[in-house]
Amino acid sequence: MQADVQPLTAEQVGAHTHHAVPRAPQPYTNPYLAGFGLGLVLLASFVIMGRGLGASGAFSSLVAFGADAVAPEHTRANAFYAEYLGDHTRHPLMDWLVFEVVGVFAGGFLSGILAGRVRMGIERGPSTTNRMRLMYAFAGGGLMGIGAKLARGCTSGQAMTGGALLNVGSWAFMMCVFAGAYAVAYFVRRQWQ
Amino acid sequence: MNAPFFKFGLFGDNVSLIVAFLIGIGFGFFLERAGFGSARKLTAQFYLTDLTVFKVMFTAIITAMLGLFYLGWMGLVDLSLVYLTPTHLVPQIVGGFLLGAGFVVGGYCPGTACVAASTGKMDALINLLGIILGIVVFGELFPWVEGFYYATPMGQVTLPQLLNLSYGLVVFLVALMAIGAFAGATWVEKRMAARKGGQPS
Repeated sequence: MQADVQPLTAEQVGAHTHHAVPRAPQPYTNPYLAGFGLGLVLLASFVIMGRGLGASGAFSSLVAFGADAVAPEHTRANAFYAEYLGDHTRHPLMDWLVFEVVGVFAGGFLSGILAGRVRMGIERGPSTTNRMRLMYAFAGGGLMGIGAKLARGCTSGQAMTGGALLNVGSWAFMMCVFAGAYAVAYFVRRQWQ
Repeated sequence: MNAPFFKFGLFGDNVSLIVAFLIGIGFGFFLERAGFGSARKLTAQFYLTDLTVFKVMFTAIITAMLGLFYLGWMGLVDLSLVYLTPTHLVPQIVGGFLLGAGFVVGGYCPGTACVAASTGKMDALINLLGIILGIVVFGELFPWVEGFYYATPMGQVTLPQLLNLSYGLVVFLVALMAIGAFAGATWVEKRMAARKGGQPS
C-alpha cells in the first residue's frame, strides 16, 4: 500500500489498468509546466475568441439535440433546452463548445499515444470490483451533470475560466467543488484503495 | 492589435469552429500531460496524497489571469469584450458542492473524463454517460427548478468590483496567494508520505 501514499506516477497508474501493453508509459509532465501550458491555451482562447474553455456545455448541446429529435414539442417548450437549440438557423451541434470538446478528445488521445498511456481498461483500486467502480463512475457523473448545470459550468468553464477572470460566482463555485469533494472523499475511499 | 479577434470580426462563425477544435486539442493535450486521464491521480487530491490537481489548476489560472491582465493593461485586448458568466451565487454554491461530490465519487470532472475516455478508460466513458443522464434529469426538472436556477442574481461581477479594490491589486494578491499555496501543497504531500510510512518524494 506504500505506493498509494506517494504522488502517483504514470507507471503506478498503468500497473492497475488491465490489458497492459509491453511499452512502459512515460512519466507525467511536471504539474507547473502542464499548468502553464493549460494557462496559455486558456489565454489564447480569451485573446482569439473572447471566451474561455468549457466541457459540460457541449454535453448540454448534445442532450438538447437528442431531446429535440425524440420529442420536439416537449423540448422546444423547455427554456433550458431552448437555449441550447438556439434560433434553429444552425444545427445545435454546430456549436463552439461541441467542437472544442471534440478537440479535447483528440488532444487527450494525441498526448496519451505519444506517451504510451493509451490502454483499454477500468481504473480502480485493487480492493473493489469493476462493477462497483462503474456504478460509482455513473452515479458520480449524474451528480456532476446536475451540479454543472445548476452552476452554469464545470471545472473548465467556471473554475478555470472564471477563476482567471476573477469572476465572483466562479470563485464561490470553485471553493464549493473542493469542499464537496473533501466532504465525500472518506465515504468512497474504498474504490481507490 | 484588436483583440479578442473574433469580437472584432477578424473571422466568422465557421472559422470559429475550427479555432474551437484547435483550442480543444491544446486543452486535452495538457490535461493528459498533467496526468488527468487517471481517476486515481485526480482523486488523490481529495485524500491529500497528491495535490497535482490543485497545482495544475492554479498554475493555469495564474498564467491566464496575468497574461490577460498585462495584455489589457498594454491596450492589446479589450477586456470588456471577454465574456463573463453572470453570477447567481446560491445555485452556483449548491452546484459546486454537487459537482465536487460527483467528482470524487465518479473519479473525473467533465473535461478530464473526456481525456480519460480518449485514452481508453471505460470508467470514464460510463462517467460521461452519467453526466449526460444528469443533464437530462436537470433539463426535465427545469420547469420546477427554474426559480432556484435564477435566484440570487449578482450580474456580471468580478472580485475587484465586489471588494472595491483595483484589478491589478487583486491579480497581485491572487498570484501571491497561489505561490504560498503551492509551497503549502508540497509540504502537505511530504507530510502525508512521511505519516503513512512511504518515502518522501
